[in-house]
Amino acid sequence: MSVALESVLEIHPQVAVRPETFGALAYHYGNRRLIFLKHPDVVTVVQSLNSHPDVQSTLTACGVAPERWPSFVAALSSLETSEVVRERQIAS
Amino acid sequence: MSAKSLVDEMKRGLDAPICLTWELTYACNLQCVHCLSSSGQRDERELSTDEAKKILDDLRDLQVFYINIGGGEPMVRRDFFELLEYSVANGIGVKFSTNGAFIDEEKARRLAAMDYLDIQISLDGVDAATNDAVRGEGSYDMAIRAMENLKAANFGQFKISVVVTRHNVSQLDQFKALADHYGAQLRITRLRPAGRGADTWHELHPTNAQQREIYNWLLKHGENVLTGDSFFHLNALGESLPGLNMCGAGRVVCLIDPIGDVYACPFVIHDEFKAGNVRDEGGFAKVWKQSDLFVSLREPQSAGACASCGAFDACQGGCMAAKFFTGLPLDGPDPECVGGDADEALSIISRGSEPKPSMDHSKPVTLTRKKLPVSASH
Repeated sequence: MSVALESVLEIHPQVAVRPETFGALAYHYGNRRLIFLKHPDVVTVVQSLNSHPDVQSTLTACGVAPERWPSFVAALSSLETSEVVRERQIAS
Repeated sequence: MSAKSLVDEMKRGLDAPICLTWELTYACNLQCVHCLSSSGQRDERELSTDEAKKILDDLRDLQVFYINIGGGEPMVRRDFFELLEYSVANGIGVKFSTNGAFIDEEKARRLAAMDYLDIQISLDGVDAATNDAVRGEGSYDMAIRAMENLKAANFGQFKISVVVTRHNVSQLDQFKALADHYGAQLRITRLRPAGRGADTWHELHPTNAQQREIYNWLLKHGENVLTGDSFFHLNALGESLPGLNMCGAGRVVCLIDPIGDVYACPFVIHDEFKAGNVRDEGGFAKVWKQSDLFVSLREPQSAGACASCGAFDACQGGCMAAKFFTGLPLDGPDPECVGGDADEALSIISRGSEPKPSMDHSKPVTLTRKKLPVSASH
């Protein structure tokens, strides 16, 4: 899956995010990978994903200007590859 | 933000360590000649179970994701499993290093049933002769038995951890094959002249030609082999090896020793690199965030004598601990500088004049004992 504005994402439940001055560190307890979130705005977006219906509404709610959306979609795509975020699983 | 500036950020220190080693005890059933912590006998000031849990509470609050537990032999502590379970229950993953002596069939099954747990079995030779010369008689069989038990218990991917010496460089391919046989991951790390290793480093450390061999081997296999990013001094040979190319001491790395002293890294158990103690007011968090030592290590460091060397950006001057315990200045070349820039300085340092570790928990050697064991103070 590649991430788009209409993607419905969540933080991977096995990922912990720790704020740092440059952004944040994310640690995946499953694959034991440490990932660097290199911009505070990306951290805010990642941490807000679960509270909004899709990527676009998350970006809007976080005050990210539309001209920056493509780079955020790209950043989320790479975070999806490293399993920091994933397609939201609907609780049954 | 580029990768380079990320390294710069890390040099300024993180809010909490990402590579925290905690040596649980100085007690050990073995007496390896290169032991970083000169372990052997338990220290009576060792942290109690409650104190250890308090540290884990602090680490949870700091959002430390995982810890590396070692010793001594950590499994000799009677509360070993209790602390393991407490840590994991608090969201702190554990990787522990062991010689495998206590991983019998039952313990292997118990370990296999736990989540967020990595095990590192130490092995310094693919045959008993090579391994036991460094780690002691019977230690090869001990490690193999532990691996067999972990495999039989379906633990999954454990790690085989090798300290690279002059005598096992030629076995790297065989180590890899052994790891593959057990479905394990190979980890190779650099021999440091710390602890008892300071006494044996000159005889054991790889030769200059062997360093190139290690470098070439890592270029070929590096993506699948762990190194603890410990070979970054070899980057001066050319293309950078995978991993973080910097000294993490006090910036992203630190050590908590069995009596709660906090050092800049696992290879510098010496008063000069002691930042404080977890028993002090404010606990670990205050030591990490505010100790004079750690704050100063996060300042820009001088390249010193290496400033004019074209390779400095690649090797960063190497390992602080290796310089310190071989008597070299900290702002000069690493003793294993691949350009040979430390050779002359090393050749004129009198053996025995180098800084000695502040503590020695080695067991008294009965036959060649030079002094009586010091009785612990009260």
